[in-house]
Amino acid sequence: MIQGFAILFLVLALSEAIVRWLSLPLPGSVLGMVLLLLLLRLGVVKVPQVRDAANLLLSNLALLFIPAGVGVMLYLDLVRENWLPISVSLVLSTFVVLLVTGKVVASLARAGRGRDHG
Amino acid sequence: MVDFFLGSPLLGVAMTLVVYWLAQILYRRLKHVLFNPVALSIATIILLLGWLEIPFESYRKGGDLILFLLGPAVVALAVPLYERREEIFRYRLPIAAGICCGSVASILSATLLAWACGGNRELVLSMAPKSVTAPIAIGIVESIGGIAPLAAAVVVLTGCLGAVIGPEFCRLVGIKDPLPMGIAMGTAAHGIGTARMMEEDSFAGALSGLAIGLNGLVTSGILSALFWIFG
Repeated sequence: MIQGFAILFLVLALSEAIVRWLSLPLPGSVLGMVLLLLLLRLGVVKVPQVRDAANLLLSNLALLFIPAGVGVMLYLDLVRENWLPISVSLVLSTFVVLLVTGKVVASLARAGRGRDHG
Repeated sequence: MVDFFLGSPLLGVAMTLVVYWLAQILYRRLKHVLFNPVALSIATIILLLGWLEIPFESYRKGGDLILFLLGPAVVALAVPLYERREEIFRYRLPIAAGICCGSVASILSATLLAWACGGNRELVLSMAPKSVTAPIAIGIVESIGGIAPLAAAVVVLTGCLGAVIGPEFCRLVGIKDPLPMGIAMGTAAHGIGTARMMEEDSFAGALSGLAIGLNGLVTSGILSALFWIFG
């Protein structure tokens, strides 16, 4: 478990350094995910070394978002001032994105499977 | 004594854990989507802070400790992705196409709807990256001229909405497999949607995590290009 956390934090620290060094427009953690994927692929890191720590964090992922959500309270007035355009756009657009993304992935995946078998 | 708690991270950490623990118990008992543990915990803590007159800055000392673990958690998404890499590689085209279409659909629908309902330029621009993970969305909004705190609030609310009823909506419209549902949830509702997916199915959760990163890149690319052309 400690080994896993050591690796995760080391990869995160490396990615944060790279993001700042190259001024990349993405969060260090997202680059860290790519970097760890690469290290696993190259065999530098083995899955059993990080599995326990990764499972512990990922099975409680929801908890980690709560403080950021509570932070929204500071800006609720901004939302309230423009509640109509914000709520209509937010709700409908979320459904549109789910529908478009899911349907495109599902139909192309099905087409791909059809081609493999026929 | 009050001063001790207001100045200590203990308050925020204990409050978050206790509220989330109770919200999970309630959710398991009632099994109703409206009792989504994350959304319920956020709402409860906001109400408690107001009722007990605890300043957000005091809550934040502990909240930041929990939030800090989000960094390694996002890195950890690489593990389930790596374990299912063959399947993901086989479906790389549907995944890439789905995320690109989702990103365009998100930008168009969010901005057009906000504009149609009378939103001004700043508001419309703040809605544009609503489905992107907060740190990327804030960067985008700052560069295209929206209101960053408003964008952050919109991003979190979008994530909560997706987490509360996203999978139910997907099943309703016939999106049932882990592959399309995971990608759709990550593209539409970023991390909070991913957390919900993770509870249902670890493969769908990992796909959702992949979609957060890719959608962030695609959306920031499209919006930066549009801003550069039409500025």
